[in-house]
Amino acid sequence: MSSKQITVALVGNPNTGKSTLFNALTGLRQKVGNYPGVTVARKSGRCDCGDGLKVELVDLPGLYSLAAASPDEQVVTDVLLGSLEGSQQPDAIVVVLDVTNLLRNLFLASQLAELNLPLALVLNQADIAHEQGLKIDTQLLSQRLGGVPVVLTSAWKGEGIASVRRAIAEVLNKKTKMTKLIWPSQVESALGTIVQAIQADTGQAPSSADAQRILFSSNAHTSDRLGWSQPQRELIVRQARDQVRSAGYNPMAAEPLIHYAHLRKILEGVIAGGTGKQGNAAALDRVLLHRVIGPILFTGIMLGLFASVFWLAKFPMQWIQSGVDFLKAIIAPALVSTPMLQSLVTDGIIAGVGAFLVFLPQILILFLFIGILEDSGYMARAAFIMDRLFSWCGLNGKSFVPLLSGFACAIPGLLSTRTIEDPKARLATAFAVPFMSCSARFPVYALMCAAFIGPLYGPGWESVVMVGMHCVGLLFAVPTAFVLTRFVLKVKPQPFVLELPRYQMPKPSDVLWRMWQNAAEFVSKAGTVIFAMTIVIWALCYFPRDAQMADRIKAAEPTLSEHEIQSRTQAAMIEQSWMGRFGKAVQPVFDPCGFDWKITVGVLASFPAREVIVSTLGVTYSIGKGAEADSQNLRTAMQEAKWMDGPRKSTPIFSLAAVLALMVFFALCSQCGPTIATLAQETGGWKWAAISFFYMTILAWVMAVVVYQSVIRLI
Amino acid sequence: MTPLSQLLPGQFGKLVSLNPDQAVDQRLMALGLLPGMALKLVRRAPLGDPVAIEFGGQVVSLRLAEAESLIVDVAADCPVQRPKNTP
Ligand SMILES: Nc1nc2c(ncn2[C@@H]2O[C@H](COP(=O)(O)OP(=O)(O)OP(=O)(O)O)[C@@H](O)[C@H]2O)c(=O)[nH]1
Ligand SMILES: [Mg+2]
Repeated sequence: MSSKQITVALVGNPNTGKSTLFNALTGLRQKVGNYPGVTVARKSGRCDCGDGLKVELVDLPGLYSLAAASPDEQVVTDVLLGSLEGSQQPDAIVVVLDVTNLLRNLFLASQLAELNLPLALVLNQADIAHEQGLKIDTQLLSQRLGGVPVVLTSAWKGEGIASVRRAIAEVLNKKTKMTKLIWPSQVESALGTIVQAIQADTGQAPSSADAQRILFSSNAHTSDRLGWSQPQRELIVRQARDQVRSAGYNPMAAEPLIHYAHLRKILEGVIAGGTGKQGNAAALDRVLLHRVIGPILFTGIMLGLFASVFWLAKFPMQWIQSGVDFLKAIIAPALVSTPMLQSLVTDGIIAGVGAFLVFLPQILILFLFIGILEDSGYMARAAFIMDRLFSWCGLNGKSFVPLLSGFACAIPGLLSTRTIEDPKARLATAFAVPFMSCSARFPVYALMCAAFIGPLYGPGWESVVMVGMHCVGLLFAVPTAFVLTRFVLKVKPQPFVLELPRYQMPKPSDVLWRMWQNAAEFVSKAGTVIFAMTIVIWALCYFPRDAQMADRIKAAEPTLSEHEIQSRTQAAMIEQSWMGRFGKAVQPVFDPCGFDWKITVGVLASFPAREVIVSTLGVTYSIGKGAEADSQNLRTAMQEAKWMDGPRKSTPIFSLAAVLALMVFFALCSQCGPTIATLAQETGGWKWAAISFFYMTILAWVMAVVVYQSVIRLI
Repeated sequence: MTPLSQLLPGQFGKLVSLNPDQAVDQRLMALGLLPGMALKLVRRAPLGDPVAIEFGGQVVSLRLAEAESLIVDVAADCPVQRPKNTP
């Protein structure tokens, strides 16, 4: 990309339709959803504005004011000022406004006018305005704002897109700027004071927009960026604010007061009509947010969601599993002459791909439902209902979506923490997400329940334990968040102010696209790592080889059948492999949890990706390769496994205590490489990723010991 | 003059004052909630907090604990932007 590239930024309040417009203009697909804060990072694309004019269009997170409070808002202001690393200031701004709430949307536009950039206004959601009977005199508005183009659009219907292209070309050509408001003279001179002081200190006069940020915003971000660091800085700002006060304004309220007063005058006679019909929200909210019915419906929706995710995903998961098995079965014979290659392909590569593919159905279905709930407008209500349950431990209602996503996969869950404005709640939520019982934990629970809990205590207890295991993580995540936000994190909390959007029919294309995007994130982040790790684990379990192993086993016990020799050989091979040796060395650590060396190998092998445990147990318990959670052979082998020596000699390894301890260990342990990597990326460094890893792993061990030791004493 | 938290669901009020030094109040001012503005406490969340307030044609959720500095003047005949047709 050359430096001559013309860039145009899409800016506006959250949920106004910026991304929808971006998609319409560029032909790309950005995530769209009826939930404030869907766009979390800037994204750019090519937009053709006619006459061969091609511009780089940048879609940005929504914001209400340039007085940035949250990190996302900071990104937007930094992009607009060109102060972000590797980005230049845009050549023009397209402000996207919700035409049904014009006054509030114009506040940001009015602040943006201070940036002195060519600017066009897009009044979006014209279809809703039409429904409500609102009429907007765009010409009058344009005229009052200094001739900037004002375009009425309905982005998701594709109406008015051509005019937006024309408007962009026009502002780039004519460099039309929006008329700025006239500040009261005392405010003007207060701004002058700041400009002069900075010029004297740094040698460079700041823009008026920067001066306003310093005067009106309480954070020091702008001063720091300008390098204004003289000791009297605080004093000068205080004096300037006193000047504002002398005009009768509280300095912290002056900016919105003056802008809104100005805008009310601008809008006089611009808006006509309006039937008073507030749309569907009030009526639906009366039911969905009802004191009694609301929570019941909420619980029903969530239970229904989980039930259907597991139900619907069951069949495609089986298909994928049989597909993988089929593939192995047809490839294995072809490679029989090269055993190492055969093992690499079937146990390494195919098993590795299969290991993450089986989770795809659950992830797709859960995100389909989340997408529907979000686009309908219900998710913001869910946040409203749930906020009280989260607020006491320092999280907020918006933590709900990431935690819910975490039940499918932590990675999309972590990515969606970005919609949380409060940095404290965001970090605490990110810390809590990996505790949620993701679909990769499911096979472990399923195996243990089917092999031990079910046969011993009946299917009733089996489901109780199954549900209980899904709650264990939540049980520990909440107090963890409490301690984290109360005692550890020293970040200034942000208030929880959430706009409740209107309800709408979810748009299938948007919902399906978001589902697809979340799945793609999972595949690209988790898939590759899980795949690579499966191969590494395969190698550790495969080498070194002892070529005479089979012969020795045959010599020792000549009566064994061919099949038995084979599985014994495999078990013996893994015992003397790197992984086996390591597992035996480490076993004493896990002895208090009741894990023998074979389970220890499984635990160690599953640190990069926890789902590996089932197939590893399959190998160590010598039922051959390709074990599945519902494999009868593996169950029997595990049920019959006994301690070979020590005080527990010839008692079953998989006692109730050990089974529960193992499940609790998996519920809590940080066994997912991609999650750690995503956590590092989302929290801006490896510090929190490392803390999370050690915290969860140590907690898992401690709880496994507690469970094992107490159950053993009780029963 | 009553704090916002004293408003009953469905009650209207006019904003008298807020505390511009607080982050919540700054956010609300950016949304257009300025002294003199009419507002309505639409409802409380099922657990009592947060509350949904309506002003300037929008519904916004906020926590009472964070919005304790909002002082309103309760007036039964003070509609929010547009008059309601239903009683
Ligand atoms: N009725 C109607 N809905 C629209 C229109 N444009 C967008 N929407 C809907 O408004 C919602 C928000 O759209 P987005 O494009 O995600 O909004 P955004 O401004 O990018 O939002 P953030 O990224 O959260 O700041 C979605 O549900 C869209 O389908 C429109 O012209 N008419
Ligand atoms: Mg967006």
